[in-house]
Amino acid sequence: MAAALRGTLVTLVKGLGGARMHQLASRPLSVSASLCGQETPPPRADSTFKVTMVPGDGVGPELMTAVKDVFKAGDIPVEFEEFHLSEVQNMANEEKLEQVLTSMRNNRVAIKGKIHTPMEYKGELASYEMKLRRKLDLFANVVHVNSLQGYNTRHNNLDLVIIREQTEGEYSSLEHESTAGVIECMKIITREKSRRIAKFAFDYATKKGRNKVTAVHKANIMKLGDGLFLQSCAEVAELYPKIKYETIIIDNCCMQLVQNPYQFDVLVMPNLYGNIIDNLAAGLVRTRDLGGYCTTGDFVHAVVANLRHRPAQ
Amino acid sequence: MVAGSVLRSLVSQVMGGALRRPALSSFSRGMQTVTLIPGDGIGPEISAAVVKIFEAAKAPIRWEERNVTAIKGPGGRWMIPPDAKESMDRSKIGLKGPLKTPIAAGHPSMNLLLRKTFDLYANVRPCVSIEGYKTPYTDVDLVTIRENTEGEYSGIEHVIVDGVVQSIKLITENASRRIAEYAFEYARNNQRSSVTAVHKANIMRMSDGLFLRKCREVAEDYKDIKFTEIYLDTVCLNMVQDPTQFDILVMPNLYGDILSDLCAGLIGGLGVTPSGNIGANGVAIFESVHGTAPDIAGMDLANPTALLLSAVMMLRHMGLHEHASKIQTACFDTIKEKKVLTKDLGGSSKCSEFTAEICRRVQDLD
Repeated sequence: MAAALRGTLVTLVKGLGGARMHQLASRPLSVSASLCGQETPPPRADSTFKVTMVPGDGVGPELMTAVKDVFKAGDIPVEFEEFHLSEVQNMANEEKLEQVLTSMRNNRVAIKGKIHTPMEYKGELASYEMKLRRKLDLFANVVHVNSLQGYNTRHNNLDLVIIREQTEGEYSSLEHESTAGVIECMKIITREKSRRIAKFAFDYATKKGRNKVTAVHKANIMKLGDGLFLQSCAEVAELYPKIKYETIIIDNCCMQLVQNPYQFDVLVMPNLYGNIIDNLAAGLVRTRDLGGYCTTGDFVHAVVANLRHRPAQ
Repeated sequence: MVAGSVLRSLVSQVMGGALRRPALSSFSRGMQTVTLIPGDGIGPEISAAVVKIFEAAKAPIRWEERNVTAIKGPGGRWMIPPDAKESMDRSKIGLKGPLKTPIAAGHPSMNLLLRKTFDLYANVRPCVSIEGYKTPYTDVDLVTIRENTEGEYSGIEHVIVDGVVQSIKLITENASRRIAEYAFEYARNNQRSSVTAVHKANIMRMSDGLFLRKCREVAEDYKDIKFTEIYLDTVCLNMVQDPTQFDILVMPNLYGDILSDLCAGLIGGLGVTPSGNIGANGVAIFESVHGTAPDIAGMDLANPTALLLSAVMMLRHMGLHEHASKIQTACFDTIKEKKVLTKDLGGSSKCSEFTAEICRRVQDLD
């Protein structure tokens, strides 16, 4: 019984976060390549962590309730500081954003649902999601794609990590109309940020015992911009002789991912390509339908029951 | 549904928004000239295979072979050789093998140069699962239509200061409307029921916003075709889970580049995916989009399927549907039978043997 319910727990996590949370299933939930080290002393067992929570829009609040319920049932020493931030429900203003940012800066850890971005252009180019990333300088997005046992998808036993630069590139919000009917959109690539993400990727690979980093690019077309990204990666790669370094063009990468995804280990790339590859890879391990019929609430009850019946460790 | 899609694939699976335009009706009578650009690496072998199969099918095509390399014209501008341009201007229709693009060399990619020379604004790639060639995905039947002249491929890049590069993505009203119109026209001419615009207007609010707005406007004139919009990342997520939900996808340049290759991956790769480029003034170039495979060039090991299916697309574009169907059937039957296949398709036959088998089947169909 307990084993069956444990299966359910994994499913819930999968339903909640897609690929982003798969690592819970088999590897410890850690995205940081270098921060887990000596700088902060390990917290005492009885201390409580404060974590900022932004439920976001759509199903976000429900999912966060589920997380809270499960955390509570598991006696997990985390106290959530909840903020509601939304661009579509008229509760967005600079002051509110500042509050959230302050809380995040103080707590250093946050959990966030999706803040819906209205598509229409109303004078503001950067969405709240982008502002949060930029103001906190959240430069690396890490997605660990890991097949879940028990769910048969087209590709099984996948295990790859996608590291995405998310502070520049196409997401720079620099757009203007040069003449009527002609829009220019800037993509910015800098050596500093390219090297920073490359270093993060190689540090991550070193720390997690992975042996290959592949840089994804389109330098055959964007010779200067993506060329600079590629050159920065190659320079950083030289400092990590134990880790194999390869490069691949974005379109070929997508094709290879659906044909033979097993050839990849850690992938590092600029912003937009990361958005594409993240979703593609998540699609590879996700089934459309988990085959269940219960509501989120029922699910949480099952998970909570499972936690309560687990022998103390 | 199944019967319908089979019919569709037989009648007009592959070609053309331009199908019903009166200017093209002349193609259906008498011998037509087509400019053949064999290309580099395995290009000459697979082109020879296509020529042979066309002969077997008695397709009324006269080939005019031209080599294409980048040459420096007056004023230092890169251009294609004048005799190739002149041939294309006359014939309006081209078939092209792979061309090599030296990475980081001084001149632009040959494909880019051809695109610019003939204003090839639409890249069309039908992706249909091939029976007998097994991939993790079955029943794929979709078409990607990509804007080919602007977007991220504008070629405008500057180093602002050392270590900071700005690349400009250009989206214009005219190019967006033109590609949207082509997509809807294509849907109508090929009995397809829906067009989906792929965009990232949540991030690039002005540029992709403009593209999307033009698609919506054009959709108003095609009430018989269903129109939907979808984010690029969502397409990727859904595509690898269930590609059968998509029909025609229309999108700006870079997204099209990525998605068309992704879709090719679903049906077995670039070795079996045809492609056509539609330009202004009735020009069209059909091509295989795989590489030049220098490692096996000249060894009679190459797989001509992609170029052959592109040539089939070309025949349909010219209104030669009978010849097109015959060749396509022969090609698909050969693959389905699995007796004579090239190495990349899982067989051990040579290119010439694979070609001969298709020729035999073409003649049997008479």
